Amino acid sequence: MAINDNAKPQGVVHAGDLPDKPAPIATEGAVAWMRDNLFNGPFNSILSLVALALVLYVLPGLLSWLVFNANWSGGVEACRANPDGACWPFVGSRWEQFLYGFYEKSERWRVDILLVMLAIGVAWLAIERMPARSLAAIFMLFIYPVFAFFMLYGNEALGLPIVETSQWGGFTLTLVIALSGIVASLPLGVLLALGRRSKMPIISLLSTVFIEFWRGIPLVAVLFMATIMFPLFLPAGVTFDQLLRAVIGVALFSSAYMAEVVRGGLQAIPKGQYEGAMALGLPFGKMMRLIILPQALKIVIPGIVNTFIGLFKDTTLVLIIALFDLLGVVQASIADPNWSVRSVPYTGYAFVAIVFWICCYSMARYSRYIEDKLHTGHKR
Amino acid sequence: MMQGDQNRPGSVAGNPSAMQVGEEAVISITDMNKWYGQFHVLKDINLTVKRGERIVICGPSGSGKSTLIRCINRLEEHQQGSINVDGIELNNDLKNIDAIRREVGMVFQHFNLFPHLTVLQNCTLAPIWVKKMPRKDAEQIAMQYLERVRIPEQADKFPGQLSGGQQQRVAIARSLCMNPKIMLFDEPTSALDPEMIKEVLDVMIELAHEGMTMICVTHEMGFAKTVANRVIFMDGGQIIEENEPEEFFNNPQSERTQLFLSQILAH
Repeated sequence: MAINDNAKPQGVVHAGDLPDKPAPIATEGAVAWMRDNLFNGPFNSILSLVALALVLYVLPGLLSWLVFNANWSGGVEACRANPDGACWPFVGSRWEQFLYGFYEKSERWRVDILLVMLAIGVAWLAIERMPARSLAAIFMLFIYPVFAFFMLYGNEALGLPIVETSQWGGFTLTLVIALSGIVASLPLGVLLALGRRSKMPIISLLSTVFIEFWRGIPLVAVLFMATIMFPLFLPAGVTFDQLLRAVIGVALFSSAYMAEVVRGGLQAIPKGQYEGAMALGLPFGKMMRLIILPQALKIVIPGIVNTFIGLFKDTTLVLIIALFDLLGVVQASIADPNWSVRSVPYTGYAFVAIVFWICCYSMARYSRYIEDKLHTGHKR
Repeated sequence: MMQGDQNRPGSVAGNPSAMQVGEEAVISITDMNKWYGQFHVLKDINLTVKRGERIVICGPSGSGKSTLIRCINRLEEHQQGSINVDGIELNNDLKNIDAIRREVGMVFQHFNLFPHLTVLQNCTLAPIWVKKMPRKDAEQIAMQYLERVRIPEQADKFPGQLSGGQQQRVAIARSLCMNPKIMLFDEPTSALDPEMIKEVLDVMIELAHEGMTMICVTHEMGFAKTVANRVIFMDGGQIIEENEPEEFFNNPQSERTQLFLSQILAH
């Protein structure tokens, strides 16, 4: 580059700070939001309009059926007289069955206590301001399940009559299977993920075989095997509870998925984190527990919750091995000839959908909240 | 890139009286060899470090200098020869490895702070979990070291909220909290913006003046001139030349050293 000495540029100095000026176009407010998110280009504008049209097309009918034109009181007759709306009295008259299944009527207070404890426990853990949250966590993870088992199943010595697991049902059963699966699959998944990444070939091979086995077969097949094939391998006279088999099947099945999710997180941790921990003299177990896993699990919270939600919904498959979860009970109820009204099946399924959606969406929201809370400012 | 090196450590007058070198060897490496697969990365390394010595290792990239110091605390495994750190033989015995890592602090090019922990928690983690120190004591010691690296006010922030220079100073404080006898520095300023290099070097210089045994892999020749009492030049996995800084810089013996020095000091 030639330098022309005659045209030497003048030095320029800016003393003092320039004042902040307002942005030339609004970047906040509803209009700005719509412009940035809905109409930022011709393609997006068309999409927005199409979506809006779709919503306007579907929503009025849906709302009318679910809410405005629905039957909120009366009985079968009211529903029969107005077949163009949901039949909520059906749900009202059957809600106990939906909740408890065929659980002994006189013993349902036991389920009530457990449900209330569960609600309090979950709220306690979810709300950050609560005191003694680690104690609450230990209680909910270790003491509550044992307590819940004795409460649900009963124990003659404690004066609680036995209620066989075949009588458990409804939303209670859904919760039993889903929560056992969730509580068991995360630690199992972490162990399997660590095992698969282990430098010891036998452990790595066993973990890989386990994961690929459970990932490779459908859950329906797992449940069938647990119900029909598994008893064949047991010595005569030994019985193994049907529900327990299903729960173990679900837990192992989802732990394989969980393992792969966690492994993804472990792979995202830079080697420097291991080296930093090792250089400080942390042994393997502590390095994993204090440094690697907290970061790896944080990265894969969306994947973990995804697996939880999948597991929660998959519990409905126990229907095929004659366990009546919420969906099963509702499906059995809509066959009741006393309620043979056209809108009843739709109402039943809509109710199940709403219950499941609320549970799953709550999990999704909570996971977002946790993600934000654990964010420590190393992202830009 | 290297211009103005002679000014950088600035205020410090290389005052050797405060930097006594003991007679006793704290690290002795004998006939050490290492391979990555078939690739011979370290060849017949012999190195003795005395207590209080400050050694700078330099050399072109890929010469094995980082690998060498990473062998000292077993981040890399050597296949032949022996490494003895403060009387402990480095072998496959996990107990020995843990013992050595407790004596040897390490500072990395990319800091390797734990992003999910605050600065204070980064510093107290190892004392609490490795040394079983009560939390209160660990926090007190951590604050002392954070003050020494001049960032006590950042104690409750997360590493991601600090500048590179601040992060590296936290990393130094974190190592010092374990009260190590030896500090290894693996290119501690290479990932830093130019204006932050000085703040890290100043901390390292202070440390040297307090008599810490240090091995630094660095390209900061100004640091080497003021602080080191020995400079080692490596190339192709072997130690090519080893000398006092003045001799090393003014009168390099080997051709490869001369070439290297001319390349990094020329511009």
